[in-house]
Amino acid sequence: MNGASFAELSARERLAALVDAGTFEEWLPPSARVTSPHLAQLGVPAAFDDGVAIGRAALAGRPVFIAAQEGEFMGGGVGEVHGAKLVGLLRRALRDRPAAVLLLAESGGVRLHEANAGLIAVSEVMRALLDVRAAGIATVMLIGGANGCFGGMGIVARCADTVVMSDIARHAMSGPEVIESAQGAGEFDARDRALVWRTTGGKHRWLTGDCDALVEDDPAAFRAAAVAALAVHRSMTLAALQRESALLQWRTELAGEGADAFALWTRLGVADARAVPDLDADAVRARRPAAVTPLANGAA
Amino acid sequence: MAGMESLHFRFDGGRALAPFAPTLVGVVASGNLEVLVEAAPGTGCRIDVDTSARGFGPIWEAVLRDFHDRHGLAGLAVAIHDMGATPAVVSLRLDQAVAAIAEARP
Amino acid sequence: MDWHAVATALFGSDHAIVADGDFLCGTATFDGAAVAIVGTTNHAAVGVDLALRQARAVLATVADSPGRPLLLLVDTQGQKLRRRDELLGIHRAMAHLGCCLDLARRNGHPVIGLVYDQALSGGFITSGLMADACHALPAAEIRVMRVPAMARVTKLPEELLESLSRTNPVFAPGVANYVAMGGVRSLWEGDLAAGLRAALADRDTADRRALEGAARGGRRVAADVIRRVLEA
Repeated sequence: MNGASFAELSARERLAALVDAGTFEEWLPPSARVTSPHLAQLGVPAAFDDGVAIGRAALAGRPVFIAAQEGEFMGGGVGEVHGAKLVGLLRRALRDRPAAVLLLAESGGVRLHEANAGLIAVSEVMRALLDVRAAGIATVMLIGGANGCFGGMGIVARCADTVVMSDIARHAMSGPEVIESAQGAGEFDARDRALVWRTTGGKHRWLTGDCDALVEDDPAAFRAAAVAALAVHRSMTLAALQRESALLQWRTELAGEGADAFALWTRLGVADARAVPDLDADAVRARRPAAVTPLANGAA
Repeated sequence: MAGMESLHFRFDGGRALAPFAPTLVGVVASGNLEVLVEAAPGTGCRIDVDTSARGFGPIWEAVLRDFHDRHGLAGLAVAIHDMGATPAVVSLRLDQAVAAIAEARP
Repeated sequence: MDWHAVATALFGSDHAIVADGDFLCGTATFDGAAVAIVGTTNHAAVGVDLALRQARAVLATVADSPGRPLLLLVDTQGQKLRRRDELLGIHRAMAHLGCCLDLARRNGHPVIGLVYDQALSGGFITSGLMADACHALPAAEIRVMRVPAMARVTKLPEELLESLSRTNPVFAPGVANYVAMGGVRSLWEGDLAAGLRAALADRDTADRRALEGAARGGRRVAADVIRRVLEA
């Protein structure tokens, strides 16, 4: 599938492209019809898999559990069933101990059409993910869809050991439309795509240390990054979280009151910040300041 | 506020496919649909549609009859979740499902 | 109820909780033992700075006071909606706070959440919802998003969402509803200290929310789906 865009594939196509050919075994497949009990009342069609495919597969010969969120269905939002499928997958990982749990994350966060049920579900996913991490199983988030990873899922994704992003992906909390709607275009002009991507996109997250791998929009690149992530497990000890606290504090102090990516990149030590948006992933990868990687940070 | 509409169709005749695994194509999104095709006992082809675009019964009838006439398959249960796809997109997804079943055969 | 009244009801005058802007922090004595308090007030909009501040307070408790119970006092309008906070990775700061609370739990600190006023969305996901269990005062409100914003994002009519917010458990912001869905363990009414005492006595730290949602009838499907995945 070389040359294909990862972002343009459906969730199921991405999943198939990522794992070893023909090894994906799906749990609660579409034919099981485990659908949302809450959508019909709103006149919205259900999806047979409630927007997420889960199961196990092999990745470079290693057994993994994997889930793929379909961003085209309800914006990838997490509803009661969708969330429960992810929780089930994570709890099963505690029992069966695969080499890793991977999530192809594309989501707006809580599925608003299921409001309260979605909010609780996202929290259950977060708790279950942290249990898997605490058990010493590698957890990997792969963010490469056009809708990005936002809201409660944006928080959940950053709880994993490894976050892989493509340069065209976004990972954040609130989308630019929500911020513009609340605070005005002066605060955040949602139509300024360049601004949106340098505020929340893969290159920015890579340069500032908020993602752990930056790849091209290419299934093969995601697969390679996923394989590499099998070996990455970061224990959440008190010392590790204290270092994280210090790193994030240092970074916010460096930014001051500013909200401009170019200024922040420059302060972090990125040369020729203004050129970054036009560079490809390869070139941006080389420019990450050592100070933003957890192990390299000396600001204790 | 319009709710969902459920439509049910049955077409007789046709030749049965060799056994196949449940096959899904498409995505539930605006202007799109997902189609789940499963092997079903008996003859004929059953198609169940849940759609958010109400009032298009006769058009569904025409599109689905055309699908049955073109492929002539029996022993099928087709389930559709539709969000306002055009007849062309519906036909495309149905054809994609049949192609996917054929491709999966060893 | 404001946080002063909550603190007095719980601890009498036996507390040293301080508000610094929207940030609450301090210690109190309860049934003869020290309790650490971390939280927010003024319907705080939680941005990077406030999330990190809370996280530091949690880590300080873990570092300095092994085993000390941690009470999270929650009053938030949700995540801060500013470009600066998105630029600086508010999602990561919030995840960090959640991870610090998770560390506290794993290290044996009882972590109890209390929504005493409002709890929305991201501000709630990384505070009360990361506790061993979250409780609420009867008059508190828990929501994902306010109806006008929800209408804009979903393109569903405001009148429909308003109507559902009154009648439908999935949309209604009342805390009794969250209890029925398993998201909130109990409501503390009247004798708040009794509520805290009961919460401290419950040492089962597993996530029982899906089971409670099924048992109480407010969220019937989740627990069954989880079970089916385990058995698939």
